[in-house]
Amino acid sequence: MSGPGVGTVYRWELRKLRSQKRTYLGLGAAALVPVIFAVAVAVQPRGGPNDVPFGRYIHSTGLAIPLVLLLFGSIWLFPLITALVAGDIVATEDGNGTLKTILTRSVERGQVWTAKMLAAFSYAALAILVTGTVATVAGVAVSGFHPITSLSGTRVSATHGLALVGASLGVYLLPIIAVACIGLLLSTVFRNSAAAIVGTLMFSLLLQLLTIIPGLGGLQPYLLSTQFNAWQGFLRTPVDWYPIVRATWVCALYAVPALCAGMFVFLRRDVAGG
Amino acid sequence: MSDAPPVEVRGLVKTYGAITAVDDVDLTVRRGDVFGYLGPNGAGKTTSLRMMLGLIRPTAGRVRLFGRDPQLSVEALAGVAGFVEAPRFYPYLDGRTNLRLLAALDGGDAARRIDEVLEVVELRDRAGDKVGGYSHGMRQRLGLAAALLRRPRLLLLDEPATGLDPGGMRDMRRLIRRLADDGITVLLSSHLLNEVEELCNRVAIVRRGRIVYEGELEDLRRTAGISYRLRTVDDERARRVCAAQPGIHGVDGAGAITFRPADEQALAQLSLALTEAGALILELAPRSATLEDLFFELTEGEGERRLADAHVAAAARIVEEAPS
Repeated sequence: MSGPGVGTVYRWELRKLRSQKRTYLGLGAAALVPVIFAVAVAVQPRGGPNDVPFGRYIHSTGLAIPLVLLLFGSIWLFPLITALVAGDIVATEDGNGTLKTILTRSVERGQVWTAKMLAAFSYAALAILVTGTVATVAGVAVSGFHPITSLSGTRVSATHGLALVGASLGVYLLPIIAVACIGLLLSTVFRNSAAAIVGTLMFSLLLQLLTIIPGLGGLQPYLLSTQFNAWQGFLRTPVDWYPIVRATWVCALYAVPALCAGMFVFLRRDVAGG
Repeated sequence: MSDAPPVEVRGLVKTYGAITAVDDVDLTVRRGDVFGYLGPNGAGKTTSLRMMLGLIRPTAGRVRLFGRDPQLSVEALAGVAGFVEAPRFYPYLDGRTNLRLLAALDGGDAARRIDEVLEVVELRDRAGDKVGGYSHGMRQRLGLAAALLRRPRLLLLDEPATGLDPGGMRDMRRLIRRLADDGITVLLSSHLLNEVEELCNRVAIVRRGRIVYEGELEDLRRTAGISYRLRTVDDERARRVCAAQPGIHGVDGAGAITFRPADEQALAQLSLALTEAGALILELAPRSATLEDLFFELTEGEGERRLADAHVAAAARIVEEAPS
């Protein structure tokens, strides 16, 4: 019997996600939040979140709306959407008792783990893409497709601005993937979806709180929460690569150990439930 | 293909803290066996099966399936299928999609066999329904279908008839019998004696994690021998007489007394002793001891002597069968 590869397991992981309601809960939120935000902008022609970057431009260009949402979403919305699947994807098999079902076929545990990891990443990426796309479309519909003012104060053409929004979404994925890795670890260790999802979200929130402790301000550049702002490097003229490069390795510092630990536990654990 | 036996377990131990779930288990399932792994609930049968399928790691000892170690790679499960405890599926997918998923994880031609195995377990009509709505019996059958997808040479089944109604049990046993007749080696854990008696040619009896008997069912049955049932005008006194009487063994019974005489002479002496003691006999009738009696003795701790008898019987048969 020739064993199937990770690709096969990955496709079936996606198929399982497509059949579960919670998948659409997260994606629905990812689509709905920008629509609500755009509607709020439309019905309030003045004002806005002036204290955040790009907040003052939401009425002058639709491109500012996805960027403002990236800022707000980093606190709990995107970590939650990510955790909803990453925290569930292993633990749900424990809950259903199906881990024993799939681990007695012709796929190695490492393949199952890798496929689940890729599926969790894919879902997180899709959620960001959905938010970004819906926010851009809704933003343009409400505030028009106009040039945007960068953080350096220079005007960037609408087309270039759109490309920068796309690049920002891409960089935003780095801390999101790190959150997904932590979700996968907790999902594997806790064997309980709710605990893993809440645990992942708590981890994300607690990291943000750390910076308010006096004396720990120096940790700020190395916290996962800080990396959610790395995309702002793209919105400077010229592009500031420093926060982006730092986000890459800082996120890896969170993601890689979590992944290794999760995989180690998954490869060695007793499948005794179900 | 090597000549290694389908299942070879040596010195298998699994401990959870201070609890020893499986205690130094040795067993060998030979090609073509329908092997009964028999013991009361909580005796460690499921834990043993999980180790055989590579789901949990033994604390000590080893498992070989056709000579390969399931702890090292799922390649050891090639030609092996089965389930432990109740088979589990994705409740939000229909039966057929569950099988398609598992066939994809099997590779090879498994996907082309879905209709065929659904037919075998008589689930084709319900294959389009979500598994969440299946009855326990349907899930058991789907579990067997999932196992058959792998075209197994060895089936490991954990209490396959548990929770089924009498009709479902009969169908499940009939199906296992048919698969065994097709040449599939079966290891079947069970706490149901009649199931094992009906299906199996060899058994291992497990008690608190330890194997207390492994061998031919026939040897065990032969050892069970004949017991007698006794009622007297004073059963209490009769029980004391029986217990003190030479050549009378296995005195038992809460109501009527049961015992096994060493021979007819011992039986004659007992009837005399009972009469002399004033425990006049109302009923003294032979009854064939069932496997159940022996099972309870073995699993409740009074069967050591007769176990030794069973091993002697097995040894004698092997000597008889050996080519001269």
